[in-house]
Amino acid sequence: MSEKLIVARGLTKTYGDFIAVDGIDFDVAKGESFGFLGPNGAGKSTTMRIIGATSVRTSGTLTILGKDPEVHGPQIRAHLGVVPQQDNLDNELTVSENIFIYGRYFGLSSSFINRKIPELLEFAQLEEKKDTKVEALSGGMKRRLTIARSLVSEPDILMLDEPTTGLDPQARHILWDRLFRLKEQGVTLLITTHYMDEAEQLCDRLIVMDKGKIMAEDSPAQLIKDYSTKEVLEVRFGSDRNQEMVDVLRPLADRIEVLPDRILLYATDGEQLLEQITAKGIHPNTSLVRRSSLEDVFLRLTGRSLVE
Amino acid sequence: MRSNAVELSEGRIGKFGEKYYAGRPQQVLLRNWLSFKSSAWIAVVSGFFEPVLYLLSFGYGIGELVGNISTPGGDISYAAYIAPGLLATSAMNGAMLDSTWNVFFKLNESRLYKAMLATSLGPLDVALGEIAWALMRGGIYATAFTAVIAGLGLVTSWWALLAIPAAIIVAFGFASFGMAITSFMKSHHQMNFFEIFLLPMFLFSGAFYPLTVFPGWAQAIIKALPLRQAIELVTRAMSGEFGINILVNFTYFMVMICVGLFFTTRRLNALFMK
Ligand SMILES: Nc1ncnc2c1ncn2[C@@H]1O[C@H](COP(=O)(O)OP(=O)(O)O)[C@@H](O)[C@H]1O
Ligand SMILES: [Mg+2]
Repeated sequence: MSEKLIVARGLTKTYGDFIAVDGIDFDVAKGESFGFLGPNGAGKSTTMRIIGATSVRTSGTLTILGKDPEVHGPQIRAHLGVVPQQDNLDNELTVSENIFIYGRYFGLSSSFINRKIPELLEFAQLEEKKDTKVEALSGGMKRRLTIARSLVSEPDILMLDEPTTGLDPQARHILWDRLFRLKEQGVTLLITTHYMDEAEQLCDRLIVMDKGKIMAEDSPAQLIKDYSTKEVLEVRFGSDRNQEMVDVLRPLADRIEVLPDRILLYATDGEQLLEQITAKGIHPNTSLVRRSSLEDVFLRLTGRSLVE
Repeated sequence: MRSNAVELSEGRIGKFGEKYYAGRPQQVLLRNWLSFKSSAWIAVVSGFFEPVLYLLSFGYGIGELVGNISTPGGDISYAAYIAPGLLATSAMNGAMLDSTWNVFFKLNESRLYKAMLATSLGPLDVALGEIAWALMRGGIYATAFTAVIAGLGLVTSWWALLAIPAAIIVAFGFASFGMAITSFMKSHHQMNFFEIFLLPMFLFSGAFYPLTVFPGWAQAIIKALPLRQAIELVTRAMSGEFGINILVNFTYFMVMICVGLFFTTRRLNALFMK
């Protein structure tokens, strides 16, 4: 068992009467890429802020590299690279000034930072933009710069809160590629997301969160194995007929989920199930066989979709 | 040279205010300098000209009507009479520009303090850095203004040089207090409070005429206001009048500085470490 960097037990955060994080337990090991998957409002950002020593937990215990963030906030923050959900780059400064001053906030020497800047600009693919004011960057560039900036202090743990939300598919793929590189270099990653594909791609292990609670915890593959079937057959009959088909289809599949626009049939072999259905003279408007994903796991656990 | 963020922050364990202070307010100043380098200089220059314009128009315009003023130190021109008050006002204005609207923007719109406080900096670093920046502006305005009045022949002794440290104390007080109040402001609407308060304070603090024109109770109120204290501090410093009175003015500003710093730090902590 490798070294545990983060240990949380019964971690709870309330705002007035509202329980944002409800007694969660988890461990993160060194070099691991650990995910928090859940819909908006699940409590992911709140958990990240508590770990980042910028929010005080209401109860429970938390140690990060053996220290309590409530007691040693600045010392813990010195270990962390933080990429918040909303970018907070310094819009009045240029790209390289942003990295420079951020390093200075940590107390790093100018010569050290100036040696790091070219490397970080290359990592973020922003060499050509180094003297551009941040205001003029695209969303994807800003995100990459925020990550590059967070790396200036050579953090032991990099925390990314919804790193690709709001980015177009191309920008997302560039970012995933960058995060893969960090993972390969052995940086411990903490990632929150409500995209199941992101969680599957980036996380070694993850917790599924909903309403402040942990619903399940494991590797993406194991979660899918435990909570779903190998394949899913998606069929559409048009919104008015979906409901009446459910009763006919239910006995044929291992499990069935009805969404507003389609029906999901869970089976080991989706193609075979589709043949069975057509043999009965049932012809959906459209049909699609796919592998099970974390989306299906979430649906199974909560009865709701991840992305509303 | 140590370059490791963790080592640097652990070096402060057990030292003064380790949870709130990393000993690096100068990095906040550096940030403001980087941003200022490429910003609109015109706004900065115009802030300086305001009291100069008052001096020229009132000092020489109205001065023509009122003639010389007799003071304990002898007769002086009206322009020389109002110069210390305008100097105190310019230090106040310079400090308030940065510590109110600019701080409000950084708190609420640009999320700058949020970014700073996600690093190993603490809220006292941010408060001290921002206040130091604001007071530098006030100090620079005051120094330039002193040069202007000296150039116009309105100062008669070397004591006038003391106007500069006096103005820096004034700027420090206003910057510290201004930032503390700003940190509690929730909307642009509430920020207008400063304007509502500052203009009457400027007009009634006796920069242009002696306070004795008012009844006793009004004088007492005015004397409690920070601009009146600032005017007295600067006037006394410039005329070399050292006694219990200037000590009272000085203490007033020391209290203002400490109270402002305390509340700013506490408020930043409450806002960003909740
Ligand atoms: N400062 C706060 N004050 C009151 N409620 C909050 C605050 N921050 C978060 N919440 C509430 O806590 C819940 C969890 O929020 P958050 O952690 O941001 O969720 P997520 O990041 O998973 O979308 C939400 O219902 C949110 O409205
Ligand atoms: Mg969030």
